Amino acid sequence: MDAIAIISIFVLAVFVGFEVVSKVSSTLHTPLMSGANAIHGVILVGAIIVADHSETNLELGLSLAAIVLATINMVGGFVVTDRMLEMFKPKKSADKGGEK
Amino acid sequence: MSSTLYSLIGLGAGVAFILALKGLSHPKTARRGNLIGAFGATVATLSVFLYVTPSHGEEVGHSLPLHNFWWILGAILVGLIIGVPAARKVEMTQMPQLVALFNGVGGGAAALVAIVEYLNLGAEATTAEVIFTVFTVVVGCVSFSGSIITFMKLQELMTTRPVVFPGGRFVIAGTLAAVLGVSVWVVSAMGTTPLLTLAVLSLLFGVLFVLPVGGADVPIVISLLNAFTGLTVAASGYVLSSTLLIIAGTLVGASGTILTRLMAEAMGRSLFGTLFGAFTAKPQAVSDSAEERPVRSGSADDVAILLNYARRVVIVPGFGLAVAQAQHTVRELADLMISKGIDVAYGIHPVAGRMPGHMNVLLAEANVPYDQLAEMDEVNPTFGQTDVAIVIGANDVVNPAAQTTPGCPIYGMPILEVNNAANIIFLKRSMRPGFAGIENELLYDPKTMLLFGDAKASLTKVVSALKAL
Repeated sequence: MDAIAIISIFVLAVFVGFEVVSKVSSTLHTPLMSGANAIHGVILVGAIIVADHSETNLELGLSLAAIVLATINMVGGFVVTDRMLEMFKPKKSADKGGEK
Repeated sequence: MSSTLYSLIGLGAGVAFILALKGLSHPKTARRGNLIGAFGATVATLSVFLYVTPSHGEEVGHSLPLHNFWWILGAILVGLIIGVPAARKVEMTQMPQLVALFNGVGGGAAALVAIVEYLNLGAEATTAEVIFTVFTVVVGCVSFSGSIITFMKLQELMTTRPVVFPGGRFVIAGTLAAVLGVSVWVVSAMGTTPLLTLAVLSLLFGVLFVLPVGGADVPIVISLLNAFTGLTVAASGYVLSSTLLIIAGTLVGASGTILTRLMAEAMGRSLFGTLFGAFTAKPQAVSDSAEERPVRSGSADDVAILLNYARRVVIVPGFGLAVAQAQHTVRELADLMISKGIDVAYGIHPVAGRMPGHMNVLLAEANVPYDQLAEMDEVNPTFGQTDVAIVIGANDVVNPAAQTTPGCPIYGMPILEVNNAANIIFLKRSMRPGFAGIENELLYDPKTMLLFGDAKASLTKVVSALKAL
């Protein structure tokens, strides 16, 4: 990929990242951090690519370790964020559902 | 799958991540936002099985399936078996540690990917590719070891206080200089030994970087390390020619940086002070003669009587409430007081508990009506008209030392000004100071009454005593 295209993507993504979270209440800081944390678990894609490229056992072993870690990050991250946000369900449905 | 289609799917996943972060910024759309993010990540992961990325020096990839296909699938399965139950079973109180741990393994994954990529880079690799690879190794390792230390602090496997040793700042500066020096060596010499040296030094730097951070500031550091991991993912994207990784990593890096700043602001700290404050802080001017000084401790009945004749009560929850899982009991108490015509509000400090928003999550679990939760700025002016402030397992967030004692670790942090209330009740397990490790003068105040014991047990006793009145 050519450098200018990459730099453009990078710079635009920086601004989108800044913009998207600039006005968030402190209540949502933790779920937002956790959600962003899950998103960088997409390094799983990179881990799978290097596992495909691996030629030696050492390389394969390291890439597989990376796949395990990245999967934990990504899947665990989304699940735990969802659990946090379960608590924020709208009040009406919470009342309907009862307390227990 | 053609390379165009693969790239378009990557772009789609990137857009899903933007929508996810956008959704997560508002309470109503937060849950949907998270699901959109999970969907994008799943699609991106599936697409990588259907398109082979050419390795370095090749024009096109080999034919499908991927090399080591079954190994890859097995590794993903192992990750699922570890990650999903951990995320599902964790107690609400331990969620912050888990987020720290997930962030750490993500950083570790990025570092490993970069190491393998480095071993694969041939002589035709450009300097830029080598630099980005080295960057990922360094920052990924720092994020990994740093997150492990934050995990240990939050799990209380080690002291939550800032760890400072003589000449600490020189050791840190020296390690950083060594990391930079070895980085240059790795870029110019290209070899496995320099790379491993670099990885070890980076891991060490991550540990040293987080050790001096005090307990209450740990969430800010997790957020910062989260942003770091994002940047490593973006750098990996450059080396692996993956637009998706560049977009996703940059988004997390940028939003994580903003979030870190917002969290630091919520605590009234500068980021610099958070990270390096322990080196400049003066010795604490607070006496350690805790046991000798008289405190007024009361019984559940005393508390019930006080509450029964109050007109306005503010409940200030803290980490102790979470530990005792007393959120349902506190709601019961609040409902009982409301039925007696008492004006009840919950005063929520933005960083009460172990993470911003921890208390909101906890009380929402007990279905506490949203309109009873008052944020700090709302509730602070009302303490003057408040008859009783009940502080449940909170300490640092109500400690007046933050306003009166320059040089103490939490100085400058906005607090809930319960000291302005007519009566203060502390529900505490012991006289032990809070997470930041600072003595709280308020405990010795004549208008303070202490009720010792587990928060849930104490609250249950207060509820039955109040019912009997």
